[in-house]
Amino acid sequence: MDWQYFTELFLGGLTRGSIYALIAIGYTMVYGIIELINFAHGEVYMLGAFMGLIVAGVLGILGFPAPAILVIAAVVAIIYCAGYGYTMEKIAYKPLRGAGRLSPLISAIGMSLFLQNYIILAQTSDFLPFPRLIPDFDFLEPVAHVFGSSDFVIVVTSALFMAGLTVFIKYTKMGKAMRATAQNRKMAMLLGVDSDKVISITFILGSSLAALGGVLIASHVGMVNFAIGFLAGIKAFTAAVLGGIGSIPGAMLGGLFLGLSESFATGYISSDYEDVFAFTLLVVFLIFRPSGIMGKAKVEKV
Amino acid sequence: MEPVLDVTAVSMNFGGLRALNDVELKVNSGEIVALIGPNGAGKTTFFNCITSIYTPTEGEVWFTPKQGVRTKVNGMKPNLVTALGMARTFQNIRLFKNMSVLENVMIARHCRTTSGILGALLRSPAVRREEKEIVDRSYELLKYIGLHKFYNEQACNLPYGAQRRLEIARALATDPALLLLDEPAAGMNPQETESLKHLVLKIRDEMDMAILLIEHDMSMVMSLSERIYVMEYGCLIAHGTPAEVSSDPRVIKAYLGEEAHA
Amino acid sequence: MNELIKSIQVSIWFMFLTFPIMVIRVNAIEKSVIWRWENLALVGVGSFVLSFVWRWALRRKEAGDAAAASGGQEAGRLSALLENPALRLPIQVVLLAVFCTIPWFVTTYQTNILISFLLYVVLGLGLNVIVGVAGLLFLGHAAFYAIGAYSYALLNQYFGLGFWVALPIGGLVAALAGVALAFPVLRLRGDYLAIVTLGFGEIVRLLLENFSDITGGPSGISNIPRPGLLDMQLSVAGANIYIYYIVLALALVTIVAVTRLKDSRIGRALQALREDEIACEAMGIDRVGVKLMAFGLGTAWAGFAGVVFAAKTTFINPASFTFFESAIILSIVVLGGMGSNLGVILGSAFLVLLPEYMRAFSEYRMILFATAMVLMMVFRPQGLIPEKRKTYTVSDPELNAATGGQN
Repeated sequence: MDWQYFTELFLGGLTRGSIYALIAIGYTMVYGIIELINFAHGEVYMLGAFMGLIVAGVLGILGFPAPAILVIAAVVAIIYCAGYGYTMEKIAYKPLRGAGRLSPLISAIGMSLFLQNYIILAQTSDFLPFPRLIPDFDFLEPVAHVFGSSDFVIVVTSALFMAGLTVFIKYTKMGKAMRATAQNRKMAMLLGVDSDKVISITFILGSSLAALGGVLIASHVGMVNFAIGFLAGIKAFTAAVLGGIGSIPGAMLGGLFLGLSESFATGYISSDYEDVFAFTLLVVFLIFRPSGIMGKAKVEKV
Repeated sequence: MEPVLDVTAVSMNFGGLRALNDVELKVNSGEIVALIGPNGAGKTTFFNCITSIYTPTEGEVWFTPKQGVRTKVNGMKPNLVTALGMARTFQNIRLFKNMSVLENVMIARHCRTTSGILGALLRSPAVRREEKEIVDRSYELLKYIGLHKFYNEQACNLPYGAQRRLEIARALATDPALLLLDEPAAGMNPQETESLKHLVLKIRDEMDMAILLIEHDMSMVMSLSERIYVMEYGCLIAHGTPAEVSSDPRVIKAYLGEEAHA
Repeated sequence: MNELIKSIQVSIWFMFLTFPIMVIRVNAIEKSVIWRWENLALVGVGSFVLSFVWRWALRRKEAGDAAAASGGQEAGRLSALLENPALRLPIQVVLLAVFCTIPWFVTTYQTNILISFLLYVVLGLGLNVIVGVAGLLFLGHAAFYAIGAYSYALLNQYFGLGFWVALPIGGLVAALAGVALAFPVLRLRGDYLAIVTLGFGEIVRLLLENFSDITGGPSGISNIPRPGLLDMQLSVAGANIYIYYIVLALALVTIVAVTRLKDSRIGRALQALREDEIACEAMGIDRVGVKLMAFGLGTAWAGFAGVVFAAKTTFINPASFTFFESAIILSIVVLGGMGSNLGVILGSAFLVLLPEYMRAFSEYRMILFATAMVLMMVFRPQGLIPEKRKTYTVSDPELNAATGGQN
């Protein structure tokens, strides 16, 4: 066994997986609370990348240093995408509460197409280059060929934000309200939880993480396009399903699992089938184990 | 004569929870049998086991249709059980809400009719005849149950009591030998309950049917049923005629207790 | 006054929100930034006005819901006009006459547009069987369109089969593929089903892209023959008109078939499945069989349309069958009215014809349809032409006497 190659694939999978996990959290949180597959979530990630690109472009011309640009771009992208997530919920999902399950999903597909075309019309449908904003770290020098500085930044930042989210959900009052709403929305409302606010916060948090993922991956890959959200969104959704949709730690694990298995599959089998692999995993899991790797099956009451 | 329904030692586990424990029950032809018990005793679970929506963990459910062979139905697909001649209503009404009252009944004729895709596309005379038969028979049943005035209304626009009656009409349309009614009087006012009682008797007498019902309305249970089974915590605790059951100390304790001593 | 403040708030919020995307455009190579301030003004004014409309529409919807709950029913004027029995036959005859003669009066380009309109009618009606009638949200329709198209292209390339032989085969293959897909997804419902079908659709497309030895990979298959008419050598324009008539016939067959299907025993079972799966089974309907039928009956039309599409364009590649295509077909069904065949036809007309004949509109086509999808779900989930419930007439003298002859 070639350990060098294995490590390379493992680290590559870790980077991918971190991004999937960041986006998957948004899917899983929204699903946990209102049982909606927010189809437009991948588009928020794409918007995040574009926001980052625009901010980086402007600041780059003004001559800011690269690390500062990265931080500012990430912050701006997070703020704006949180705004988009919030607004999206108010327009496309809130009026549809209690309207069955298909209507909100169709509305979400509409929202997703809207945001893609919004970018096409207001910006461009071409691929845009994203500047390299992450400096080379000296201490990564010996492993730079398999685990560059951008990999390092992605993994560390994602881990930090996910830890932060976990703390928020576990220890704050809002976090408690969110968990209560996810368990039983009506009961939580009766006990004085403002469910509208909880739902808004959920969208804001999910969108922020997706935006962060967008900026990070754009600076890693160096390319941005209006269509990147679709595939990333589906894959992140796959990750959420793998981990058991509705569970935040599940989404993190699912993201890593998907990232690693994709990396190994492309490395050891064939890179042509990278996306086929992810889709197949999604289909197989939804069919045979819709409750995820660790979840329990639900029995429908008749 | 074989009993229409013969349930032997049925148990049902959900994970670690034992929802039904060794339940035995018989329904003879032409009989009205009631199954009573406090909420959560497992009555609806029992219905789901008989109609094969659930497959019991242990035990057997034997069903003998009119002029038919005694058949083991547990593990069978629910639609085949219905086709054999067992029809049910639901505790929480499950009508086809956005379809018309007549269509609701027409759908239940599905298992008694045969035309397929090709027939639908070609509309041969035989298919058209069958279609007309479905409409006529369904309308006849609506008339029988007293809902024919509303036949083109949307099912969800019917008043609550009428929806329960429509469920009965729909069940009757499958030509059953055994009719299972899950709390048919729930949410009905006294007059509606009274007329429901007559309807159940009429169905039994005129359509030659065995009826098993779950009901909380004691006056209805006592006056309708020949025999009563009482369940508590998934177990059968008593069984007999209304008089026997209502004097059984265990039943009084478990179910009628508070009321009887109040 | 209150309203005004609300709208100003909304307007400011949207100006803030859209500022980076709408106003700034960075050219990274020339290191320059274009500031498009006029867009900001546009967003500001637009969202100010639209927020009034939005709130008005929401209020109206709530009032409408209340009215519907108290028994009042709003009859769509458009659908009332189109379904007026006295007008129905003449309208149908006129439309048929127009559609039969139109290719002789218009250019090849316009015939092409009409062909694509009719193809979308066929695709939409097929999807409508699955989504509208049986209530199974299906996001992989384009895959079956692809299966039909590739069936013809491959059968022709490797076995030399002609169009007329390939047409039924393409439909059959797509139907079988639909049934094959339905098997594993039987237990799924609602949104999970939607995602699995989406995944399946993408898998089909990716496989077509990756099996380059057989399918030509991303560059696809070219030189697919057009259908021949009695060994005659048709000009391009002539062949186009010929294909137009084939599609027209296909569309008419589809319309008749899906309408008949919907009003049949099978169609009722499909609708019952949409309403309540458990009750459906308890009423003696084989849930598995009906679901398989729904998929097969829906995807078969996509297969037929695919064969015709391949013959029309003479060139196909996987890029024509992305999720985007499935989303377009779905939006046709949703806009037109789920379950309503007339609605689907109108939906395709809106989607294909309007943008073509209103050139200024075409750039904004997709964004407008995306917006319409959201708005439709919010304000009019039943679509342009709501599904018409079949009403049965029963001759019962007693009933007429009882209700004073009102029925």
